[in-house]
Order: sequence, then C-alpha cells, then structure tokens
Amino acid sequence: MYDRPMAPAIEISGLVKTFGPTRALDGLDLTVRRGEVHGFLGPNGAGKSTAIRVLLGLLRADAGAARLLGGDPWADAVALHRRLAYVPGDVNLWPNLTGGEAIDVLGRLRGGLDPRRRAALLDRFELDPAKKGRTYSKGNRQKVALVAALAADVELLILDEPTSGLDPLMEEAFRTCVEERRAAGTTVLLSSHILAEVEALGDRVTIIRAGRAVESGTLADLRHLTRTSIVADTEQPPAGLGALAGVHDLHVQGDRARFDVDTSHLDEALRRLTQFGVRSLTSRPPTLEELFLRHYGDDLDGASADGAARDPAAAR
Amino acid sequence: MTQLTGTVALARFAARRDRRLIAGCVVALVLVVLASSSSLKGLYPTAADRARLAATLEDNPAVVALRGPARGLDTIGGLIAFQLGANGAVAVALLSLLLTGRYTRTDEERGRTELVRAAAVGRAAPPTAAVALVAAVDLVIGLGVAGALLAIGQPLAGSLALGASFAATGIVFAAVAAVAAQVTESARAAHGLAAAVLGIAYVLRAAGDVGDGTLSWLSPIGWGQATRPFAGERWWPLVLSLAATALLLAVAFALLARRDLGSGLIAPRPGSPVAGPRLATPVGFALRLQRGALVGWTVGLLLLGGAFGAVGADARSLLDTSSQLHDFFDRGGAGVVDAFLATTFVVGALVAAGFAIQSVLRLRGEESSGRAEPVLATAIGRGRWAGGHLAIAFGGAVVVQVATGLGTGVAYAARTGDAAQVPRLTAAALGQLPAVWVLAGLAVAAYGLAPRLGAVAWLALAGAVLVALLGPLLNLPDAVVDLSPFSHSPSLPGGSAAPPTLVALTAVAALLVAVGLAALGRRDISSGA
Repeated sequence: MYDRPMAPAIEISGLVKTFGPTRALDGLDLTVRRGEVHGFLGPNGAGKSTAIRVLLGLLRADAGAARLLGGDPWADAVALHRRLAYVPGDVNLWPNLTGGEAIDVLGRLRGGLDPRRRAALLDRFELDPAKKGRTYSKGNRQKVALVAALAADVELLILDEPTSGLDPLMEEAFRTCVEERRAAGTTVLLSSHILAEVEALGDRVTIIRAGRAVESGTLADLRHLTRTSIVADTEQPPAGLGALAGVHDLHVQGDRARFDVDTSHLDEALRRLTQFGVRSLTSRPPTLEELFLRHYGDDLDGASADGAARDPAAAR
Repeated sequence: MTQLTGTVALARFAARRDRRLIAGCVVALVLVVLASSSSLKGLYPTAADRARLAATLEDNPAVVALRGPARGLDTIGGLIAFQLGANGAVAVALLSLLLTGRYTRTDEERGRTELVRAAAVGRAAPPTAAVALVAAVDLVIGLGVAGALLAIGQPLAGSLALGASFAATGIVFAAVAAVAAQVTESARAAHGLAAAVLGIAYVLRAAGDVGDGTLSWLSPIGWGQATRPFAGERWWPLVLSLAATALLLAVAFALLARRDLGSGLIAPRPGSPVAGPRLATPVGFALRLQRGALVGWTVGLLLLGGAFGAVGADARSLLDTSSQLHDFFDRGGAGVVDAFLATTFVVGALVAAGFAIQSVLRLRGEESSGRAEPVLATAIGRGRWAGGHLAIAFGGAVVVQVATGLGTGVAYAARTGDAAQVPRLTAAALGQLPAVWVLAGLAVAAYGLAPRLGAVAWLALAGAVLVALLGPLLNLPDAVVDLSPFSHSPSLPGGSAAPPTLVALTAVAALLVAVGLAALGRRDISSGA
C-alpha cells in the first residue's frame, strides 16, 4: 500500500453492509477530497453511522470497496487511526474518569495531543475537565469528545452528528473550530441531519437515503436540482399556473399565488405571472432543509429518488 | 399513598421483562433441590445408614461450619435440610439481591428510572415494586421446594419450614439490596455491597454454629436455619426475617427521600483535570476502570479466607482437645481441618471465578455502552484493547487467589501460632488458579465470538458451583463432573498437586483466550446505545 498524494481522503464505492435482514448500506458511493469539508447528510437510520463505522474498521463491509487516506480501513486500521480523529454521535463516557482524563486517554492512545490546543479548546467550549464522566450532561459529554478530537493533529476528522446536544453558542464555537481546521488543510467528514450546519460549513455534500447516496456535489450543484419558492400578489386572480410544467404545490387564494417551481422552468412561470399584473413578488431559494425533506419524503412514499414532480395534495 | 403510585404496574413490567430469566432460575433451583433430595433418600435409605453418617458429621466442627447445625440427621428430611440448607439459602439470597439491584440501581444508572419517574409514578414505587416482585419469586421458590420435598414423601411441616426458610432469607436480602441501591451510584458497587453483606451473614453463621450459637442469631441465614426443618419445627424465627425486612425497607425509603435521582449518598468529588502517564496505556487504562472491583473482590476474599481460617483453627483446637473425636477421625485433627480448608478453597476459587468472568466481560460492557468505539478509533488495535482488560482479569485472578490463601493462612496461623501455615495455605489456594483461568478463558472465547454469548461463562460457573457443592450428592455421571475445571484441581492443602494437570488446565485457558481474541479480530464491533 502506498499513499498516492492526490488520492481522495475517502473513497467508497458500492459499499454494502447488512445486519440480518436489514440492508443498512445498499451500494453506497462517497468520495471526500483532500482538504474539503464534506457534508454527509441523511435522516436518522439512513446509514451514516454505519458507513462511518466501516471507515473506522469497526464493521466489516459485505461488498464494495472503501479506501481511507489511501489505505484499507479494516486491515490498516491502527496505522490509519493515527492520522484521523473521530467524534461519535452518541458519546458515552467512563463514569469514574474525569472529562480531562478521558480527553488525554483518547488523545494519547492515538499518539499524543497538543496541550496548548487542548487548553484553548477547553476554554472555548467552557468545559470543566475535573468533573467525573457520570456527572456530565449530554452536551458536555459531546464537548469532551470534540475537544479530544479537535486537539489532535490529524489529517482527517470524522464527525458523526457532532453538535447533538450543544447549545447554539457552542455550535458556533464548533463551526469556528472546523473553519480553522479547514484553513489548516484538514479534511473533514461531517455527518449531520442538521442542514444549517452543513450549509454553513460544507464545501460539498453527499445526501444518503436508505443506505445509498442520492445526491452528491457542491451546494450550488444541488440547488440546480431544486425549486424556487414564489409568493406573488397579482392585480387579477392568476390562472393557468397549474398547467405549466415544473410548477408544484400551487395554492391560489384570491389574487395571491404560492407555488414552488423547478429552477429550469422559472422563466415560464414568471412570464405567466406578469400577465396578471404583479403587485408584489417574493422568491426564495430553497433551503437545504426543503431539499432534504423532499428526499426524505420520497423515501417515505417509496417514489423514485430523482425529485420527480409530485403533488402532495394528490397523494392524500 | 402517592409515594407508591405505579408500584403494581412496575412490578408487572419487571416480571414481563425478565420472565424467562426468573422462570429459569426458579425451575433450576427447585430441580436441584428435588434431585439432590431424592438422591440423598436413595443413598441413605435405612435409619442405620443415616445413623452411621450422622456420627461422622454431627460432631465435626469443620462440616458444621460449612453446612450449619446438625439436627435430626437420623431422618431423611433432617439430612436434606443439613446438606442443602445453607447453600440453598445462599443461592436464593444471591438471586434475590441480584434481581433487586437490577430493578433499582441498574435501571437508575442507565437512566431508565428517570423515564419511569417522569410518569405518574411515586418516588418509592421502583424499589417497592422490585422488592415485592422478588419476594413473590422467593415465595414461589419456597413453595416449589416444599412441593418437591412433599413429592418425595417428606413430612408437610418440615417441607414447609425448609421452603419458608429459603424464601425468608431471600426476602431479607432483597431488602438488603434495596438499601445498597440507595447508597452507591454504580450498580456494580451496589451489587458488591449487598453480596458483601451476604458473605458476612454466611461467615457469622459459620462462626456461630461452630461456637456457642450466639453469632448465628445475627445472620439472616441463621434465622432461616433456626426454623429447624424436620427437627421439631419452630416458626417464630421467621418473624425475625420479616421484621428485619421491614426495618431495612424503612431505611431504604428514608435514604431515598434524602437523595437526588441518580446520585448515591456520597457526593462525587472533582477529579484530576489531566490524565496521569500510566492511564494512557491499555493495561493502565483497564486497571483504572476495574480498580474498584479488583480492590472490592480482593478485600472480600481476604476476609472470607480469614473467616474460614479462623473457623478451621477453632475446629482444630476442638478436635485436638477431644481425644474421643481425635481417635474417631482416622486422619486426626490436622487431616480433617485440611479437608475443610481444601473445600473452602474451592468455594473461594468459585467466588474468584466470578470476579474473573465479571472482569473479562467488562469488554462486553465497554462495547455495548459504545465506550469502546472512540477507543478503537484511536491507534490501538482490538488485541491491545482487549489485552489490557484481560491482563486485569487474569492477573487479578492471581491477586484474589493469593488474598484467599493469605487471609486463611494468617487467620489460621494467628490462632494456632504456626506461622508456616501462611505460605503453605497461600500455595494451596493458588492450586485452584488454573481452574479459575479456564472459566475466565471461556468468557473470553464466548465474548470474542459474540458479545451476547458472554452469559455462557456465567452458566458454566453455575454448573461448576453445582458440581463442586452437590456433585457427590447428585450422583452426576463422571463425564459431567469432569467438565468442571475445578474437578481437576488438586485438593490442597492435604492432597497432592499434579503439575501436569495444572499445566494442562492453564493450556486450555490459553487456548480459549487465543480463540476469543482471534474471533474478536474478525467480527463487527457492535455499536453503542
């Protein structure tokens, strides 16, 4: 095994992992380039943590290939772990160890951590390292794992829903830390179901649903696939919007129309609207939230994954 | 009383959760009583047989220390009560305290009690439900034992008295566990505390039965035996058990009202904000996690050994001063006491195996709680991670075995003035070490193959206890007896050690460890929560 300098930090293709009858990963593809913050988005149970555990060599994949920093995550686990740090989504600490001791143990078992950075992080996250593990709240347990990971000098950070339990101030502190690490050239895999977090930090995003990647690209790429929300007040009641291609979720009340339109059909929709005399118009780019809910919703309804036009009213 | 709102629902829920476990334990206990009782009946069918046996048993203080006061040995029922009484009461007490701890402090530690108490449930409901359910289980065991004895033709009063003495002892220890659950924050420590009280109760009874009997009245096991099954039954000692239960429950409720949910009586102190240098090695880390348990078991076995050593020394002086007894036992006082101490070393080793299995299965606890995951995501392989804990389990087994031997030796030497007994008895206790390692190795193999198989090691320990304590009585086939590693251990002191056997046992243990570690390296690590 040699480490090609340009090899992606993470390269997964066709990864399959089953637990009995459950197919947790069903042909997952994921590529994380060196030096990027990669958002790994999906609803609970989509397979994010399973994929991360395969990358950490804790689970053995049933099929497909996974490469981590140019190595084999199962066979080269120990050597690779020296070069990465991990924050689990659900942090459980040793009840009789203090937070500071847990941070040091995890850091030193990896090969050492930077004491100055450790002190700075404790300060930034307002964490008391002298308290016993059993006395920490969920958010404080999360901080212990974050400090242990961020204080390490590593090439890759694997963060599994790292802000669960953190208050907004601490989320902000976390974002600053990730920005700093990105500036220093660290690669970050950031799994989350909190979209604002990925929107704020992610260079690229992979959306996973039912064990498979359904979208992958930059945030701008993904918005091309998405819709714009329009609210318009017109002089005359608007008509015929529903017949246009690419218009969804249309609600007309008197002379107010609300609808979503596929970005590729935006022009036609606006032309039609102006025929009725537009008095006011607000248009909003979709948040990742909406994009994400649509994927999730498709999953629930068992429809195809391409975000095909669907009318929720018709589904009722 | 709103404090108790929800008690019935909680008790039913606990019974539902553990119905298989509870039913299995009840059936197993009753079957063991039935099998060994009918075996005793077959072994000593005539009054003459029993009289001969009684003559060798009733004046032997070493036997009395292990079994309890010898009463009514000329009847089959009396023999049954003598042979099974003390061990049966300990078994029921152990089951009771483990179950009670499980429904109280374990649930609290895992955060389940918080969910339950947030519903319309009174503060005292969880411990009350636990004790009520366990008391019901104990009563079923008592009735089952009485039924088994009736089924083999024993008198009603004695059968009921033996069953009642088991149930009463069990209920007292359910209440003991309810108090222990209020004192400590960790479930493991609560179980340890309650088990320590059980150990003290057993030793008090042993010392009292060998002496003038006063100390036996301080022991719940002694109260049970004071009902004198099949030897002129007395029912009033059961009142002592009930009174003690009521008193203990009052203490538990008083403590419960004074503490916060999730906390114990001792407030947690802040610790070191940084880790010491040794903590970041696999062995140092495992030692830190297991330190409390290792110290607890070591002290416990030191004291248990000390109690056995003291009782052995008393027996020795009784035998030596009575020339009639001295002549009767052909091996002389020393031989009888050696045989007694060899038996106590088996008991101590079975306890030590409990420590070793628990220690190995820390790996399972670390894995299932999710705490192993961030550790295994560092540059430490599975082998080194597991190796740290196994070093504590196997090395700790040496420590606790030395503690048993040292405790026995020092207590014995202090009373007899024979300092040479200290090294001799310590070495004798170490003769049981390879057998302890085999059970620990079995735990490693089972855990390595799949975490949930860890219970296999506890079942094996239960089997080894059965073979060691009741093997001759149950007339088990040799093939079954030979399955227990303790059947191959030398009978020391007094017997002779067979080095090849000890080496073979150690090799079996090593093989089991190798299998477990190899399997652990190949399987998935289960995720936490």
